[in-house]
Amino acid sequence: MSNTIVAQLQQQHTITVLVDNHPGVLARVAGLFARRGYNIESLAVSVTDNPEISRMTIVVNGDHRVLEQITKQLNKLVEVTKVVDYTETAAVERDLALIKVNAEAHHRGEIMQIVEIFRGRIIDMSDKAFIIEVTGGTEKLDKIIHLLEAYGIREMVRTGIIAMARGSKTASRTGRDTE
Amino acid sequence: MLMSGAQILLECLRKEGVTHIFGYPGGAVLPIYDAIFDCHDIKHILVRHEQGASHMADGFARSTGKVGVCLATSGPGATNLVTGIATAYMDSIPMVAITGQVRTSVIGKDAFQEADITGITMPITKHNRLVKRVEDLASAIAEAFYIAKTGRPGPTLVDIPLDVSRNQIEFDVETDYPKQVNIPSYRPAGPSGRVPDLQMKKAVQLIAEAERPVLYVGGGAIASGAQAEVTALAERTNILVTTTLLGKGAIDETHPLAIGMLGMHGNAYANHAVNNADLLIAVGARFDDRVTGNVEKFAVGARIIHIDIDPAEIGKVIQPDVPIVGDVKNILTELIKQVQPREATAWNDQIMEWKEAFPLVYPNDGNLYAEYAIEQVNEIFDHDAIMATDVGQHQMWAAQYFKCNRPRQWITSGGLGTMGFGLPAAIGAQFANPEKRVICLSGDGSIQMCIQELMTATVYGVPVITVIVNNRSLGMVRQWQEMFYEERYSAVDLQASPDFVKLVEAYGGVGMRATTREQLRDALVKAKDVTDRPVVIDCVIPTMEKVYPMIPSGQSVKEMMLRHDLEQVKASVHADGETWSFSDEERVLEQVVEVGATGAESAE
Ligand SMILES: Cc1cc2nc3c(=O)[nH]c(=O)nc-3n(C[C@H](O)[C@H](O)[C@H](O)COP(=O)(O)OP(=O)(O)OC[C@H]3O[C@@H](n4cnc5c(N)ncnc54)[C@H](O)[C@@H]3O)c2cc1C
Ligand SMILES: Cc1ncc(C[n+]2csc(CCOP(=O)(O)OP(=O)(O)O)c2C)c(N)n1
Ligand SMILES: [Mg+2]
Repeated sequence: MSNTIVAQLQQQHTITVLVDNHPGVLARVAGLFARRGYNIESLAVSVTDNPEISRMTIVVNGDHRVLEQITKQLNKLVEVTKVVDYTETAAVERDLALIKVNAEAHHRGEIMQIVEIFRGRIIDMSDKAFIIEVTGGTEKLDKIIHLLEAYGIREMVRTGIIAMARGSKTASRTGRDTE
Repeated sequence: MLMSGAQILLECLRKEGVTHIFGYPGGAVLPIYDAIFDCHDIKHILVRHEQGASHMADGFARSTGKVGVCLATSGPGATNLVTGIATAYMDSIPMVAITGQVRTSVIGKDAFQEADITGITMPITKHNRLVKRVEDLASAIAEAFYIAKTGRPGPTLVDIPLDVSRNQIEFDVETDYPKQVNIPSYRPAGPSGRVPDLQMKKAVQLIAEAERPVLYVGGGAIASGAQAEVTALAERTNILVTTTLLGKGAIDETHPLAIGMLGMHGNAYANHAVNNADLLIAVGARFDDRVTGNVEKFAVGARIIHIDIDPAEIGKVIQPDVPIVGDVKNILTELIKQVQPREATAWNDQIMEWKEAFPLVYPNDGNLYAEYAIEQVNEIFDHDAIMATDVGQHQMWAAQYFKCNRPRQWITSGGLGTMGFGLPAAIGAQFANPEKRVICLSGDGSIQMCIQELMTATVYGVPVITVIVNNRSLGMVRQWQEMFYEERYSAVDLQASPDFVKLVEAYGGVGMRATTREQLRDALVKAKDVTDRPVVIDCVIPTMEKVYPMIPSGQSVKEMMLRHDLEQVKASVHADGETWSFSDEERVLEQVVEVGATGAESAE
């Protein structure tokens, strides 16, 4: 296969991994990715409605074969209850960014307009800078970040994608989809 | 009854049917050793190095199918197990490693002899766990055994802090030890799992359509105990069977349908068969790169049926046409029922022609070669001995020439290729099979990696017979340097080695040296009579011998190298021997024996 075709098959996947909430589980999952040479684009972890279960949302790059291997290898970890790939599913994906941007007096109006268009919020303000909070999909965040770069971004942090399927479908504890 | 964690541990092991623990004491396992002091039904074997304990547990497991158990203290004791755990992991061997850990109150504080062994072994265990409360110990042990032996087997590790094994709680093994383990997130396919109907139908059809089928059988068939099924399927369909290094014994190797090992050092005819096949039925085999070489060029004309218990193996290396996830024995039982009988065809004849053209041969010139020694082991021990090997050329010769008639007769480190594995693995196998003879075929390099276990063998009266294929060289590496690095022999010379005969005598065993065929035969016959201590036979062979056939790493059958003197050697085999000889090499042999002797003198 030529490299261009391979490149086209490369795709970004958002997967959700339900794991037992034990110490060390994050290390197991992260270690698996490192060991097998899978690249993590982003990773978000938190507990779920069930305190014994944690939910990891991982964004990875790879063709469908790589993704199949990732899913199968994750499933082999004893503490992994379920792996869901949201690539083919209608799902809501959100990422949250905090952006500390230079805000000289003569730029403040412009910046506030941008924030409004992107439905962000200014959550801190000093004489030199704003902290902007903005939520959305990756593309939306990338766009606002690009626009704000013109003023000088001093610091930025993003949570990484979290995702959930639309509709009543859930990634449930029992390993079955409850419709 | 009020019991300490250590006592609970032993109760649990007893409940799991453990008969042997291979271990070594230390501070963090003092309570466990104190409990062992009172325990008379489980035999504790004191090794001389924890690596030895891990390989013994592994050899015990490989030769029986039971879970092997090893025990070490925290820190250095635990890290010494690591090579053995990784070895078992790569070859899917069921094993439970128990390690001591520093007290829970000081974990994470760089306490004396603290090592994060669950962290260290995360990538080389099927699962591991640090037990923080004595209340959790019994369930942790039950889980460790359950996970190690179910599904695709593998090693597990339980890390027990000092205070956990010392603390006491009320415990009754009959009521408090889990009778059944239920881990919702762990649901391996089992020996009686559901057989996927649709895939089975497809497999049956592919077999019916195939003109040039080959069965490619691996370690999964051994794990599954499926020799009868593999043989029955082959016989019903007249499909020839090639086995991987770890599949040896999945069919009696003297069976007319068995064509031996495939892969890098596999039989030429097995490789030709696979390369020309139109259907490859992979049974509990994982398309290792030593088998496939260049995957793009491997069995290109063949459709592939892949039977494996581990879903992650399906499509990992090669995308099969028919994937079947399940236990080999279970799947084959069903397949045998459904598949149409087939007669032997011209394809079978073709493979036999290749066998005639490219047989496995070595010079019949009167000199002593490893191949000869291995054939003599077959013969003198009535094709009944268990064979454990180390890693290198001698291992490959053993793979080619040792003939298994049953599973679990062949014990070798395939995936990790661990030098030092052979002797302790043989000792472990001997503990598990007191009625069998166990041979360790080693190299002059490998044997020195765990040679201290000769002492363990002497102390426990273990009559393992080690044949050291002594080529004064790290032969396998030397072979690569000769072939692929312009004979720039870098760090492979072992001229300076101890006198192995004296060494084993110092350990309390029996030592013999063989430089001729007669001496080798005599030594093996004598060794057969030794039943209470280890024997070492220093079997001196020429340094420049190479393992053939060979498919260079990452290449294909096209690039397979055969001995350049194949025709001559074939002729010598048919003649009555001594048709020609390497006179130079004979001279080398004599020199070597002297070097061994002087080496020993100067050490005195
Ligand atoms: C110096 C050297 C040279 C080597 N040269 C060769 C060579 O020429 N040829 C060769 O073959 N090997 C060679 N090897 C060994 C090689 O590295 C691999 O270890 C070996 O090929 C793997 O064998 P396998 O495919 O049978 O897999 P194994 O590692 O035995 O794996 C078994 C497979 O079966 C599956 N399985 C387990 N239990 C079950 C069950 N109950 N039901 C169904 N499936 C199950 C597992 O999931 C796994 O996929 C060499 C090794 C060394 C050190
Ligand atoms: C622990 C370990 N270290 C290094 C190697 C690399 N290696 C593979 S074969 C080999 C040479 C083995 O020498 P010997 O035991 O004498 O066997 P021979 O090939 O000479 O038969 C080496 C160094 C290995 N497999 N294992
Ligand atoms: Mg050697």
